[in-house]
Amino acid sequence: MLERRLAVPGGPAGNPGRGLRAPALWVWKNLLSPWYNAVLTAVALAVLGAVVPRVWRWAVDAEWSVIPANLTLLLAGTYPREEIWRLWAAVASLAGLAGLSGGTYRGSARKWMTAAFLCAAAAALVPAAAPSRMWLLTLGGLLAGGFSLGRRVAAAFGPAWRRILGAMWMASAAWVYVLLHGIAGSAVFPPVPTSSWGGLTMTLVLTAVGIIASFPLGVLLALGRRSALPAIRWACTAYIETVRGVPLISILFMAQVLLPIFLPDYRLEHVVRAMIGITLFSAAYMAENVRGGLQGVPKGQVEAAQALGLSNARILWLIVLPQALRAVLPSVVGQFISLLKDTSLVAIVGLLELLGIARSILANPAWLGLQAEVYLFVALIYFIFSFSMSSASRRLERALGLGER
Amino acid sequence: MALMATQALAQARTLDTVLERGRLVCGVNNGLPGFGYLDSDGRWTGFDIDYCRALAAAVLGDPEAVEFVPLTAAERFIALQTGEIDVLIRNATWTLTRDTDLGLNFAPTTFFDGQGFMVRKDLGVVDIEDLAGASICVTSGTTTELNLADTMRARGLPFTPVVFEEIDTVYRAYEQGRCDAVTSDKSQLAGRRAVMADPDAHVILDATISKEPLGPVVRHGDDQWFDIVSWVVYATFFAEEKGITSANVESFETADPEIERFLGRTGGMGAMLGLTDDWAVKVIKAVGNYGEIFDRNLGPLGLPRGLNRQWTDGGLLYAMPFR
Repeated sequence: MLERRLAVPGGPAGNPGRGLRAPALWVWKNLLSPWYNAVLTAVALAVLGAVVPRVWRWAVDAEWSVIPANLTLLLAGTYPREEIWRLWAAVASLAGLAGLSGGTYRGSARKWMTAAFLCAAAAALVPAAAPSRMWLLTLGGLLAGGFSLGRRVAAAFGPAWRRILGAMWMASAAWVYVLLHGIAGSAVFPPVPTSSWGGLTMTLVLTAVGIIASFPLGVLLALGRRSALPAIRWACTAYIETVRGVPLISILFMAQVLLPIFLPDYRLEHVVRAMIGITLFSAAYMAENVRGGLQGVPKGQVEAAQALGLSNARILWLIVLPQALRAVLPSVVGQFISLLKDTSLVAIVGLLELLGIARSILANPAWLGLQAEVYLFVALIYFIFSFSMSSASRRLERALGLGER
Repeated sequence: MALMATQALAQARTLDTVLERGRLVCGVNNGLPGFGYLDSDGRWTGFDIDYCRALAAAVLGDPEAVEFVPLTAAERFIALQTGEIDVLIRNATWTLTRDTDLGLNFAPTTFFDGQGFMVRKDLGVVDIEDLAGASICVTSGTTTELNLADTMRARGLPFTPVVFEEIDTVYRAYEQGRCDAVTSDKSQLAGRRAVMADPDAHVILDATISKEPLGPVVRHGDDQWFDIVSWVVYATFFAEEKGITSANVESFETADPEIERFLGRTGGMGAMLGLTDDWAVKVIKAVGNYGEIFDRNLGPLGLPRGLNRQWTDGGLLYAMPFR
């Protein structure tokens, strides 16, 4: 079989592929040979021929006007319309930082400039209001500017700059929080209660908080489960197994319903309860992922470190964790992606994240019955974010040389 | 546990809490056509939402001083019991168990929902009696199905039930003409009719065969707050009965002493509730009378007033005297 395939270009006389030109050869090799592939191709074409025209006809007739009319709602929920610039400013800050990091870590210039160009193109083409166009243009500028600045600064300062960049990322979390939530009594950033957050903004905030909080917690739990102290080991194991034994939705319900009963004097925001639930749930799975990596680190590594006289903490920090986390990076990112999608479950406990907003739009008498259009758009947004996360992780894997050693 | 929390909270007067906070926290539905949803500008809209605004106008003088807390059916009563919300206005049906065992008080019903029938207009059906011998689409295994059977048997009317598991299938079957009529809660019938290919070809019968009284809910143990919520509802009823609207409330000319008291010009009724004397004026100015609230939110769904007419028109809306 393999020999025949290899033999096709200029193969022996009597080979049916002989004398075909490149595209035809490709079709022959991939679609028509051997005979059962030809049958499969015919069946696939028939199915496509039956389905595609119908989908196309539906897509043309569908009432897509529901999307532009509710775009702000889907992206920002009930965030006060006069404060929306703060959401843009948060995105812009992160875009600038991302550009800087791209430049510092020698990303491909072509890709970053393409991203910047796409933002500018969107600014020109998207039928949005003037401020949105200006912001999109700013985003493009920040991506491109950050990239070239990052390149130059990295070349000039080296490792010290990378540490500064890391600190800037950490500071950005606080900065984004101030932008989104505001400061009591401030004129520039009047407080916006979390009950006004919604749509994609809330989805992303829940995801970001879930990732940032569950990662360290998961690492601690994984270490605890491998601890030599029985009490810690049992507690961590019990926690992990309990949480993994219940579905996320029941944890979310418990967080929404039981927390206020346990803490009657202290009113926890709904969003915060959801954050707690998601973090606690995700941490248990994270712990098991990390534990897999910990087990994969050869014992000899630890023994060698001990022989060199390193303390236990330093062995963990310098020898074990870097290797363990590197090994489990793909599954950790996989879990982050499912975390992003799991946030849609908070719609069931009444929060207005992307899916909750979609439900609300469908209850508007003006847009009744447009489920397909609205849900397809929501699915597209989820896909864009999940896909960017997984492609970013693939690039990170390549950069770390995973799978090559 | 829940009960203990309820009792602890009952000590504090809800009115004081709301005044101190400066805004009303209202538990609502975020996905019920006509009753509660977000419009395209991110503004809360709907029949239930308007009652939250009315209450905020009465208590705080500002219909926008409301924090809306979207709640699911499972969370709604716990949220009220634990004091997380001041009032629940989320299509909750008034039943004995909820009124007693759950420690809740139901303010006057703002919407009498109930099971009804939708038929094709060209059949010329006006009453349940006309449905004799008809085939009727219904969701299986629900009280809706049982109510249908009971009603038809009680009237000695033969009929053929056409049963489906899925709500969507029920309406699709009806639209395709596989049955003459479809039965469900009237608000749902109206919502579904609005999205049919030709809404005007279908008519929802006036008759109602089950009781689903929906209204605001508060906690046990705070009578003053219960009174305020109740009288805000009565105010919207009363205004419609007397022809007072959001447009004319501020300049309403009258010699009727009851209307004078309602408008707070005499009688000092507001003080008795713990509110300002012009509380009712603020309510009507903010959201209008009952008819205005109904037409604005449920009119686009083509929902008939049915039982939700004034008592003077044969409906059940009956404001207690402002005396």
